[in-house]
Amino acid sequence: MAKPSEFRIQVDQALGKTEVRAHFRKAMDTLMTNRRNQFPDNAELQRLRDQAQVIRANALSKLPELLEQLESNLTRNGIHVHWAETTDEANDIVLKIMQKHNATWMIKGKSMVSEEMGLNHFLESKGIEALESDLGEFIIQLDGETPSHIIMPAIHKSKEQIAQLFNEKFPDIPYTEDVDTLTRTARDILREKFYNAPVGLSGVNFAVAETGTLCLVENEGNGRMSTTIPPVHIAVTGIEKVVEKLSDIPPLLSILPRSATGQPITTYFNMISSPRKKGEKDGPEEVHLVLLDNGRSRIYSDPELLATLRCIRCGACINHCPVYVRIGGHSYGTVYPGPIGTILEPQKSGLKVHGELVQASSLCGACGEVCPVRIPIPSIINRLRYEGVRQDGGSALDAGSKRKPLEAITWKAWSWAASHPSVYNLGSTVATQVRNLVPHNLGAWTSVRTAPAVADKTLHQQLKALGVDHE
Amino acid sequence: MSQVTRQKPDTVYFFGTCLIDLMFPQAGVSAVQLLQRAGIKVIYPPAQTCCGQPAWNSGYRDEARKVARAQIALFTKPIPIIIPSGSCAGMMKTHYPELFSGEADEAQALDVASRVYELTEFLVDVLNISLTDLGAPIEIAVHTSCSARREMGVADKIEQLLGQLQNVKVLEQAYKPECCGFGGTFAVKQPEISAAMVADKTMHLRNTGATQVISQDCGCLMNIGGAFDYQAKHENKKPLNTQHIAEFLWERTHG
Repeated sequence: MAKPSEFRIQVDQALGKTEVRAHFRKAMDTLMTNRRNQFPDNAELQRLRDQAQVIRANALSKLPELLEQLESNLTRNGIHVHWAETTDEANDIVLKIMQKHNATWMIKGKSMVSEEMGLNHFLESKGIEALESDLGEFIIQLDGETPSHIIMPAIHKSKEQIAQLFNEKFPDIPYTEDVDTLTRTARDILREKFYNAPVGLSGVNFAVAETGTLCLVENEGNGRMSTTIPPVHIAVTGIEKVVEKLSDIPPLLSILPRSATGQPITTYFNMISSPRKKGEKDGPEEVHLVLLDNGRSRIYSDPELLATLRCIRCGACINHCPVYVRIGGHSYGTVYPGPIGTILEPQKSGLKVHGELVQASSLCGACGEVCPVRIPIPSIINRLRYEGVRQDGGSALDAGSKRKPLEAITWKAWSWAASHPSVYNLGSTVATQVRNLVPHNLGAWTSVRTAPAVADKTLHQQLKALGVDHE
Repeated sequence: MSQVTRQKPDTVYFFGTCLIDLMFPQAGVSAVQLLQRAGIKVIYPPAQTCCGQPAWNSGYRDEARKVARAQIALFTKPIPIIIPSGSCAGMMKTHYPELFSGEADEAQALDVASRVYELTEFLVDVLNISLTDLGAPIEIAVHTSCSARREMGVADKIEQLLGQLQNVKVLEQAYKPECCGFGGTFAVKQPEISAAMVADKTMHLRNTGATQVISQDCGCLMNIGGAFDYQAKHENKKPLNTQHIAEFLWERTHG
């Protein structure tokens, strides 16, 4: 038997952690309930989803033009725009800005694109510290971990674990498991940092082409602090985050937090239109936007896979995924976990690296059912399975790389038999005759189930005997 | 393309599915009997095999299309095609149009797709069937397959049918809409996750105190039922029956 993959090994370990799993289940239950409560009227929910889908699909349909418009309006507003095809390029752009200002550290609001870039590690290798200020990110940074969820990065940690971590890292502060006190501790540490940070970095939820506005959705105020207090603000985002008009924002802002955490609205919503203007008392003196491609153009070029880029990163698919809730975010071994990661990561990094993820789905459809922009996630998973084994080129990165000779021959043989009724019927009749010889050990299936039993007479045989019409 | 009305037809096709053919034929026989009792003539094209879904979900589209094409050729009359499985019905209704997009026989595939009904959907929406329960009082739980629930959108039909049975009490399990972990080849390719899912599913079903679990999909039943059997054999847990809705309805309503 083949050696289990890295993914299977991680899954196996995660499944064994029953306490963490119970904690995860509870957390996801709460998120699902909160979301449900936000959409009491299903017809209204479907209308909102239609609207959000149209807005995002429209933006993608004219992405090149909108990006140009965005650049020109941002530039006019005094925001520096940088384009990065790869994460290396994006990291270099950030580094150069840091060097230009002789900055030795930065404070960060939450940004999944910066995780995608591996920015913290990169900067560290250049002697620059990147301090996370989102509470969840702050916690996992203390523990040297990566986010396990795109909007709740430390969701895998219990308050007891966080209490111990704080006690270890800040020994001067008395041990407590009180969440408010722990939060206060982080807040006190960070407050001081905000005042002194030479550079603040953030992500972007929506970039408005029409006005050249960067929108940032957040709950803790750390996003606002990171983008307004330091003299330099660097925003990093994927090229797909652009929307056409300012009037596109309210519908998206309405459905995003409701789908994500089940909040009617987030505590903070920031609209960044320019650096500090003459006479203004606050705001950064310099604002940069780094627009990252990192495989998105390739996804964009396929009319079906393109839907992947509609994502507004709410995490609802993750919260509702029966696989994610059992294996947790880290098992995926990717930046984006759960259903969105399952379709995004293999396209971004190639099927060779993350192609196995598309097998880690029962195609139950729970993700597609809750997606606020109606990304047909199960269909895209199916498509990527096809991309993995197709032989005619294909459009996903590393298409064809998951094809295994034995599996391919098995499907060919199956296809031949099931398209030749005489062969099929002979096979099923033989199966009924040797039914007692079906082995009791069918590998993984029978590790938790008994082997399925073949009937003594097939449906074909029984309906024939009953005289059911043939035509 | 034929126009399917929701009027009661005289004749329907029956697509039995390969899983029922080989493993659960009684479900297929019962479904045919239910249709016949309602005064419908049932045609069962004997050359039928499989809808092609296993290959489709594994990415082997050419192989799936070859098998699907052989089925399409068998269901040419403009009458409904009744399928006792949300999963196979979903394959033919939703995925045949994708599978045959741009193919020479796309129109035939679309025509077949437009005539597909999942069994409980047909019994409720088209036949408006009325059932009289002749069975002893029983407490059951219902597991609706993800394909019946989300792809076909017919989760309420099985409940409506069971609601007509006076002596049947349906108990509600926790996490009812959650997948049982079958997912076809998923159970083989990611056995650990699948096992964790069916362990939870069977636990929640057991916790209801039901003595029987009913579903409209034999894939789920093979998974859940197999786990129940294993737990009874190896974990000293109470045995629990599983049964397809057609078989359950037929057993309780035929005199």
